Amino acid sequence: MFTKQRSRRFGVAITAAAAATVLALTGCASSGDGGGDGGGDDANLSVTFLPKNLGNPYFDTSSAGGQEAVEEFGGEFAEVGPTEASPTSQVSFIQTAAQQGVGALVVSANDPEAICDALDEASSAGVKVVTFDSDTNPECRDLFINQATAEGIAKVQVDLIAEQIGDAGQIAVLSASANATNQNAWIEMMEEELAASHPDIELVEVVYGDDDDQTSFDKTAALLQTYPELKGIISPTTVGIAAAARYLSTSEYQGQVALTGLGTPNQMREYVEDGTVTAFALWNPADLGYLAAFAAQALITGEVTGEEGDTFEAGKLGSYEVGADGTVLLGDPYVFDAENIGDFDF
Amino acid sequence: MTATAPAPVPNTRPARTYAAYSRPLWRRVLLTRESAIIGLLVVVIAVSLAVVPNFDSPLTVTYLLRDIAPILLIALPMTLIIITEEIDLSVASIVGLSSVMTGILTQAGWPFALAAITAILVGAIAGVVNGFLVTVVGLPSLAVTIGTLALIRGIAVGLLGTTAVTEFPEFWSDLAKDNIPGTPIPGIMIPFVVLAIAFAILLHFTPFGRSLYAIGLNKDAASFSGIDVGRTKFWLFVMSGTISGFAGVYFTLLYNNARGDNATGLELQVIAAVLLGGVSIFGGRGALHGVIAGVLLIGVLGSALRLAGVTSDIINVITGVLLVLSVVSASLLAWLRRRRISAIGKKKERELAASSS
Repeated sequence: MFTKQRSRRFGVAITAAAAATVLALTGCASSGDGGGDGGGDDANLSVTFLPKNLGNPYFDTSSAGGQEAVEEFGGEFAEVGPTEASPTSQVSFIQTAAQQGVGALVVSANDPEAICDALDEASSAGVKVVTFDSDTNPECRDLFINQATAEGIAKVQVDLIAEQIGDAGQIAVLSASANATNQNAWIEMMEEELAASHPDIELVEVVYGDDDDQTSFDKTAALLQTYPELKGIISPTTVGIAAAARYLSTSEYQGQVALTGLGTPNQMREYVEDGTVTAFALWNPADLGYLAAFAAQALITGEVTGEEGDTFEAGKLGSYEVGADGTVLLGDPYVFDAENIGDFDF
Repeated sequence: MTATAPAPVPNTRPARTYAAYSRPLWRRVLLTRESAIIGLLVVVIAVSLAVVPNFDSPLTVTYLLRDIAPILLIALPMTLIIITEEIDLSVASIVGLSSVMTGILTQAGWPFALAAITAILVGAIAGVVNGFLVTVVGLPSLAVTIGTLALIRGIAVGLLGTTAVTEFPEFWSDLAKDNIPGTPIPGIMIPFVVLAIAFAILLHFTPFGRSLYAIGLNKDAASFSGIDVGRTKFWLFVMSGTISGFAGVYFTLLYNNARGDNATGLELQVIAAVLLGGVSIFGGRGALHGVIAGVLLIGVLGSALRLAGVTSDIINVITGVLLVLSVVSASLLAWLRRRRISAIGKKKERELAASSS
């Protein structure tokens, strides 16, 4: 008897409360967002950005670039995404975009394969698919906006270190893990570039910090102990370069040993300001998002189909050409230094 | 005056009790917790159809059912386990391990059907381990399955590392994804409906099912009345492992992706849906139709809110609030009721004291 009475009151209470919540939420949400979907007469310029996860400053910056572009060409911008970057977490958002019938989906893939089927289904529902930052298998999307090529990444780092140490002397590399495919490819290209264009620079050792802050910090200390003549360090990983900069900034080597590599402005700001680091490289995620949005527009309007050799206009960035495998290259990596670091927040 | 005063006290409570039992059957059925959840589900669907753009498309049905299928499947044995006042937190890890086994064996050239059956067997073995530790060794299932959650996930991730197997025979992956011809309903719903009916019969219409409620309400009393508590629980964990293994094979085919970290966190979604569906975490109470409505409610709510452009963190908050409300409000209302009864009692006592003086 007790249970029956309790559950009756409970039932009434929860039904009323939850129904009210749902009414309020779906009501106000849809009034803000329901607008220009399903446009059939004109080109459907609604573009949805789907980063690896939300609340990530890097993707906040790229989405801001995308939004700027979408507003420029008069489309409708939306950003959705999971809170954690797990392989299958993006699938439901891709499905939602297909249900909404958006014009294009701009995705940074958490996994090259896991979201493929969902993207295929979205494509067959008429959604154009652009990947940026992190690609899927080429057959799962229309275009991939590549932030930088391996050659470009290797070259900019070698150029930066050569400039900073006067094109002569010993250098070392502080990488991520020994089996990180992309890092190893870059290091190989750096060695080729050094041999070809900088004969007076000697790469003495490649050490691995495992993308762990403390390990990278310790390996930096060990390098400086082992090679007293060391002139510079290249760290092609954002964790490594920040840890190395932290070590250098508190040691007698500050300003004596050059450091460059791939880093983010927020991590590196204080070391650029205190003179530990002169310049480092990465791509500009705002430009990446901006270009991806214009690529989406070009697909929607039929200006490009993803064929090699197609060209399209990308607002302030100028004209771009589609390369092999439906890839569009943003350009050379972006060099951050004391002059421009204040313009970035990611 | 003094002669009539004591009369109201003994009369009040039996009258209330009688009122509760004398309600017509239809009211007692409609006003259960399960009916409340089903009612809420109907309300949410109706509201979504009315205000959420694109919610009324067949695609919505397909995607929704496909995505919640693993939760629906695992919720069946989980309901039975929670009714006996136990819990299985290792289900998502078993899904991951089964997914990895499917991938590794397919990659090694096994026929897919054989790989899938082996993967399901691996799930069953994981269930045997859980069942053994809970019933034979006599450890609490919460502790055991937290342990096997980590252990099994560790094995799954260790076997495949960060790589993934993504090549599966087209026949099987189509089978997992395709709809029942002529409907927007995915084919996975067929095995689910069969299993759901089997579980409903088992739970609600057999002595075995009744023994689960008995165990949940009072383990010792159940034991004294001739129920083999240990053996019953053991088979529940084996069931849970086996079905999680099956869900792992489905998960793998659905996403074309065998990975060690597949379905991470799924156990919490399953348990949330089961509790929302009216199963008491303290055992002894719950029904399968409520649980199925609970899973559908969370699924529909998520789908509608995503379509309406609500971000995923807010969807998580809403689902969480709903769950907390459903668990907390039952105890809260009971507490309020106890307070009111004691207040009435005290008032009567005061009246009695006043009148007799």
